Amino acid sequence: MQTPQSDTSRQARGSRRAFLALSTLLTSAFVAGLLRPLHTLAAQWNKAAFDARNVDDALKAAGIVNPTPSVEILIKAPEIAENGAQVPVDILSNLPGTQRIYIFVDKNPQPFVGSFEFKHAAEPFISTRIKMGETSNLRIVVVAGGRHYVATREVKVTIGGCGT
Amino acid sequence: MPDPIRLRVKLDGELAEVRVLIGHPMETGLRKDPKTGELVPLHFIQSVTARLNGTPVLEAQWSQAMSRNPYMQFRIHGAKPGDEIGIEWLDNRGESNRATAKVPPAG
Repeated sequence: MQTPQSDTSRQARGSRRAFLALSTLLTSAFVAGLLRPLHTLAAQWNKAAFDARNVDDALKAAGIVNPTPSVEILIKAPEIAENGAQVPVDILSNLPGTQRIYIFVDKNPQPFVGSFEFKHAAEPFISTRIKMGETSNLRIVVVAGGRHYVATREVKVTIGGCGT
Repeated sequence: MPDPIRLRVKLDGELAEVRVLIGHPMETGLRKDPKTGELVPLHFIQSVTARLNGTPVLEAQWSQAMSRNPYMQFRIHGAKPGDEIGIEWLDNRGESNRATAKVPPAG
């Protein structure tokens, strides 16, 4: 004979199980990208890569391993940047099937500056302005045909731009 | 209310050249407010999406090391006069903004 108490606890267990099942379902739906917050834009922001404090960790967190050096990545940047707060950078990839361009500044406190994913009709070109804390290598990684390629360019910085 | 986005589109043959200037402080969290001497909190755009007639053509993820009032120029193939170019951003505080522009006739 069951006591009312055990009934209650069975009910509680049942509803807890249902809740767990529901939350597992919601988590999988989230992971599968079925449920997205209203403002979710594009892919998830890669926090681990952006938070990395040195370029090796940043590359690793971005999933970039042993990129092949390539002369097909064209970087236009000043040899000497007077103002590290506004360093103009143009990048063009001539690698067939370019999907994404990553910008890293090796000596910035957090080296991963940004990534640009090209879809459909966009040309694999970007012109932008970045902050550089001090003289450093610019490290441009291109994902083309599922492979990683890299090119670097040193920019000398007169006045650093990280505290701006 | 975030600062406005300036969006300019130029058509050269089938190639639309898009220039975007986004009004945003892009605070690194390392800058001191000259009045108070306090560090200004981290405040920066994390994601930017560009669309052609509603279809994403460029999706960017940014850190605080993109310059203040970020500038971005890119090119889209196969654009025609009257097509719509859209830009949308989201920052680390959940603020966002968007703008659209029509592709003008070639010239």
